[in-house]
Amino acid sequence: MAMLHLVNKSPYDTGNLNTASGIMKEGDRLLLIEDGVYGAMKNGKAASLLNGLKVSVLGPDLAARGISQDKLADGIDVIDYAGFVDLVEANDKTQSWL
Amino acid sequence: MSDAKKFMYINRKAPYGTIYAWESLEVVLIGAAFEQDVSVTFMDDGVYQLTKGQDTTGIGMKNFSPTYSALGDFEVTKIYVEKESLEERGLSLDDLQHLVWEDEDEDYAEKDSIRLVSRAELADVLAGQDVLFNF
Repeated sequence: MAMLHLVNKSPYDTGNLNTASGIMKEGDRLLLIEDGVYGAMKNGKAASLLNGLKVSVLGPDLAARGISQDKLADGIDVIDYAGFVDLVEANDKTQSWL
Repeated sequence: MSDAKKFMYINRKAPYGTIYAWESLEVVLIGAAFEQDVSVTFMDDGVYQLTKGQDTTGIGMKNFSPTYSALGDFEVTKIYVEKESLEERGLSLDDLQHLVWEDEDEDYAEKDSIRLVSRAELADVLAGQDVLFNF
């Protein structure tokens, strides 16, 4: 019963990434979109929240914000909109931490 | 110019996720057109507004980041960036656009617009303003 967790707010603006990362279970996946993508940057303080999690990030939202892939924390999967659909389909439920 | 007020625009939101950043930029340019003494601050998630290399083709929104480089032409030459906000986000000045203005009193010499300030220094800058606008 894997769940896809969506976070669309900056981890420096809300506690949503903190909540999502804390509640995720084995096999769940986190997808960072919109301002949530700032959480994927390796040198930011929030990067430690992602340790041990399966994490994807939406490429078009990274590009819009000027974040190149070399700035991302290790092990993060960059996907496009089709990949977003695939993740929704591959998981039993989607939870949006708005 | 003697009755010009010191206007400070404080930007604390990331671009694109909300409309605040773009709205602020428009209001800053309007304020500058009325010949007030305009300063701009980028702190908290607002520092993300100035990152280099923004490309919004994939999200269907206007990329307004090139407009920041026009601020100097509107005599907006005091742009404060808070150091603590950059550091918390793993950013440095190298990640931001290089914003400049031309000093007509010195043969149009190009000067840096961005002033990197600590939170304590920023507090003093804010204390010296007449009006604060928050975005």
